[in-house]
Formats: sequence, C-alpha cells, structure tokens
Amino acid sequence: MKSLALKGLTALAIVGAAGLYITRPQTVDTDTFAALTPDPAHGAQVFTASGCASCHMAEGSKTPLILSGGQRLASPFGTFVVPNISSDPEAGIGGWTLDQFASAVTKGTSPEGQHYFPAFPYAAYQKMTDQDVVDLWAYMQTLPADQTPSQPHEVGFPFNIRTALGGWKLLFTPKDWVMPADTPQLERGRYLVEAQAHCGECHTPRNTLGGLQHDAWLSGAPDPSGRGKVPDITPATLGWSMGDIAYYLESGFTPDYDSAGGHMAHVVENMAQLSASDREAIAAYLLALPN
Amino acid sequence: MKQIAATAAAFGLVAALATPVLAQDMSANIKARQGQFRILALNLGVLGGMAKGELTYDAAGAQAAADSIVGVSMVHQPTLFVEGTDDMSVEGTRALPVIWENTDDFAAKWAALGEAAKGMQAAAGTSAEAIGAAMGPLGGACKSCHETYRTP
Ligand code: HEC
Ligand code: HEC
Ligand code: HEC
Repeated sequence: MKSLALKGLTALAIVGAAGLYITRPQTVDTDTFAALTPDPAHGAQVFTASGCASCHMAEGSKTPLILSGGQRLASPFGTFVVPNISSDPEAGIGGWTLDQFASAVTKGTSPEGQHYFPAFPYAAYQKMTDQDVVDLWAYMQTLPADQTPSQPHEVGFPFNIRTALGGWKLLFTPKDWVMPADTPQLERGRYLVEAQAHCGECHTPRNTLGGLQHDAWLSGAPDPSGRGKVPDITPATLGWSMGDIAYYLESGFTPDYDSAGGHMAHVVENMAQLSASDREAIAAYLLALPN
Repeated sequence: MKQIAATAAAFGLVAALATPVLAQDMSANIKARQGQFRILALNLGVLGGMAKGELTYDAAGAQAAADSIVGVSMVHQPTLFVEGTDDMSVEGTRALPVIWENTDDFAAKWAALGEAAKGMQAAAGTSAEAIGAAMGPLGGACKSCHETYRTP
C-alpha cells in the first residue's frame, strides 16, 4: 500500500516535472542574433507597424516616443499596468542585452526567466523575422530615457501565477500562420497583420481562458473595456473595397465618412505612417479572409 | 412616521413627474447631436469624393460642403451633450461618461474641429488637391475625439 502511494507520488512528480519542463520559459538562440547587422532606420518602421508606443506611452501622451508606461489595460483577468520600456537603464530596458530583448518580444520570457502575460502581444511578435527584431532593438535604444518606475499589475489569484502561463502559451500561441498566402502582396499583408500590427488581438474573439479563437479569426469580439464591440472585419460583413480599407487605414474615414475611434484611432495613426503599398497589402489580406 | 410617508410620497411624485419629461427631453438632445455628426459625415463625403477623384471637382459644391461643416462646428455642444445622456445611463448613444468628467478637454476637441473646418473652408474653393490636404487635419480632429469619448 505504502509503495503504491509512493509510486503514485513519484509518477506525479515526474509528470509535473515534465510538464514544467515543456512549459518552461523559452529564450532565443544567441548566435543567430549576434550574426545580424542592425538597421535602426528600418527598426523605426517595425516599431510603428507593431504599435509598441500605442501601449507603452503614458495615457493620452502627446509624446509617443517616451515609453514611460503606465497605461492600464482592463481584461476579464484583472488590470495590467504597461511597464516602462524606455532606454533608461534602471526604470526602463536600457540595460538589457539584445538576447534578453528578443526573448521578451518573441518568446514572452523575461530576463529573470519568467513568463510574460499575453496582454503583451508576443503571440503575434513571435512571428517576426530575426532581422526585424534586431533592427527594432537598435532603434529603441535611440529613444529617450524616462525614469517613471513600472507599476505592479492588478491581477488576482490564480491568474497572477506566471508559471501557469507556460501551459497557456503552449496551448494558445501557435507559431504557424493563421492564413495561407500565395502572392507576395498577401504574404506582406499577412506579415503586417499577423506578426506586427496584431489586428487579431482586438478583432478576434477569445475562449474562456483568454486564448484567441483562430477558427473565428478577425470576426469581431466584445471590447475588452466591457462596452461596445470590436467590429467583424471579414469581407462579407465589412463589405468594403480594397480602396475603402486602404483609405480607412490612412485617414480613419469609413466609406460613409464616419471617423475611427477607440483603440482603432492609434492603429490608424500608425498605419498612416506606412507606405501605400503596405496599406494595400493589409487590405488584400482582409479581402482574402474566409467569411 | 406620517411625515416620513408624506415626504416619501412627495419624492415619489416628483420622481414620477420628472422622469418621463427628462427622458423625452434627452432623447431630443441625443437625436440632435447624432444628426449633426451625420451632417458632418455627409458633407465630408462630398469633399472626400472630390479629393479622391470619385466625384468631379466643382468649386461651388465643395465650398457649400465646407461651409456646412463650419456651420455645424459653431453649434454650442453643451446643449446637446446634457448630463445624464451617457451610454451607462441611457440606451441608444455611444457617448462615454468621461465627456462629463473632462468637459474642458471635450470642448477643446470640439474647438479643434472648428479650426480644421476653417482650414477646409479656405481650401475647398481652390482645387481638389487643396481639399485632399485639408482632409488630414479635419479627419484628425474627428478621430482624436472619437478615440476618447465614443464607445466602439
Ligand atoms: C497591447 C499592448 C502592448 C503592445 C502593443 C506592446 N506591449 Fe510590451 N508589454 C505590454 C504589457 C501589458 C507588458 C507587461 C507584461 C508582463 O508583465 O507580463 C509588456 C511588457 C513588455 C516588455 C517587458 C518589460 C519589462 O520590464 O520586463 C518589453 C521589453 C516590451 N513589452 C516591449 C514591447 C515592444 C518592443 C513592443 C512592440 C513591438 C510592445 N512591447 C508592444 C503591452 C504591450
Ligand atoms: C468633440 C468630440 C467629437 C468630434 C470633434 C467629432 N465627433 Fe463624431 N461623435 C462624437 C460622439 C461623442 C459621438 C456619439 C454620439 C452619440 O451616440 O450620442 C459621435 C458620433 C458620430 C457619428 C455617429 C452618429 C450617429 O448616427 O449615431 C458620426 C458619423 C460621427 N460622429 C462623425 C464625425 C465626423 C466625421 C467628425 C469630424 C468631422 C466628428 N464626428 C467629430 C464626438 C465627436
Ligand atoms: C487595439 C485594438 C485594435 C487593433 C490592434 C486593431 N483594431 Fe481595428 N478596430 C478596433 C476598434 C475598437 C474598432 C472600432 C472603431 C470605432 O469605434 O470607430 C476597429 C475598427 C476597425 C475597422 C472598421 C470596421 C467598421 O466596420 O467600421 C477596420 C477595417 C479595422 N478595424 C481593421 C483593423 C486592422 C486591419 C488592424 C491591424 C492592422 C486592426 N484593425 C487592429 C480595435 C483594434
């Protein structure tokens, strides 16, 4: 009897350890990144397309390049307070290495080896090319330092246990593309939508555990604020032409000249800074979505 | 005891009288403000169509559209955005309660729309390209208010 219990416990411990092993925080391969030459000018484009400032600048800030953090993101699991990622070595991430930065953005792993919460959209950024990540880091080091300390999240038990996020990541952050793309334009659109601008984080519904429902990709979701709805942008519902979508992303105007609001206002400000061909590529991607 | 009952009854009466009247008044204000935004959008449709070359440029038509936008921008907003007409208090509106917490900022955003509208008024009669250039600031004025004060 005693030995049976012991066996059971040992088995449990092994399963548990294996579980923790496969769900342990992942980091990037140092050599791959060290071999790349950074291009900070291109990094600025990556930064804009990825909307880093939309979350990391102070609430309502007029200086979006000061990444002092402090915005509060409401979710069903609690409120996340976005951290300072300015170049300040103490309050921000100025003292980090390239590897630490790349592991944070593409693996959701902190320099201390902990999992980040998926409110930081690394589920999208993990699809970025290594070169883009290297360029992004080079650019971000040129941005101003700010000494505002990061604030703790207001997330209660059990969602505040970062170890548990390993399993979550394994289940809900597949690295595969959601959509096929068989032309260079669709590939570019897919890269912008799925790897950088993280359109799916807002426009795709989530399951009860907060994982994106990839089979209902971009088909609309309740607004995380609890009021209103992030619209369905699949082609049959949206009913817009390629020109309509590209113009909206540039100007914020819908085909009937209403103007974008809510969180989409920031997205439009970012998309307006991309090239016209990039906005068309995003439009082409949306028009190719299944209904 | 009797007095309390009487007071309660009086309050009840006031509430009964007040509610329907207020509700009626407020629905008119909500309709009016939503209508004014539609007037903005319809006139922007004319200007945007000309800027994009979907409509043939016509100086008089463009000027009339721009003048209409300036006209709407002169409407005094507090009359339309009366307290108690936010989306938490009543149905049928997308106006967020923060409008009444930041009345100065809301007024500033409306004033910014007025400025951008004047830019369009000066440009509209000259050329389709000039309209195109004035669309940016005007759209920016709409967007920056919708970002904070309108629910999706
Ligand atoms: C949707 C909002 C959002 C966007 C967009 C976003 N982040 Fe974040 N970011 C967060 C949140 C929330 C956290 C905190 C995560 C945690 O504590 O687990 C975070 C954490 C981080 C951290 C870790 C900071 C630390 O002190 O450990 C880095 C680095 C970072 N983000 C970089 C970026 C970069 C680079 C981009 C753009 C490519 C970006 N973020 C875009 C929300 C966002
Ligand atoms: C100062 C703030 C502010 C500005 C500036 C502003 N809006 Fe709005 N807009 C609102 C609010 C608030 C609502 C929601 C009104 C409601 O539902 O009661 C709204 C609603 C709308 C609507 C929907 C109306 C309906 O039918 O319900 C349209 C269309 C619109 N705005 C277009 C525009 C355009 C175009 C501009 C710029 C030319 C603009 N708005 C500028 C605050 C603003
Ligand atoms: C941070 C959340 C967020 C992200 C990221 C986001 N959107 Fe949106 N989007 C919204 C919200 C909220 C609205 C509703 C805007 C409004 O209230 O005017 C919207 C509206 C739209 C609309 C207009 C739909 C309609 O019926 O009026 C389109 C098109 C759109 N988004 C496309 C995109 C694309 C493409 C991306 C990625 C490049 C994207 N969005 C990223 C939140 C987001």
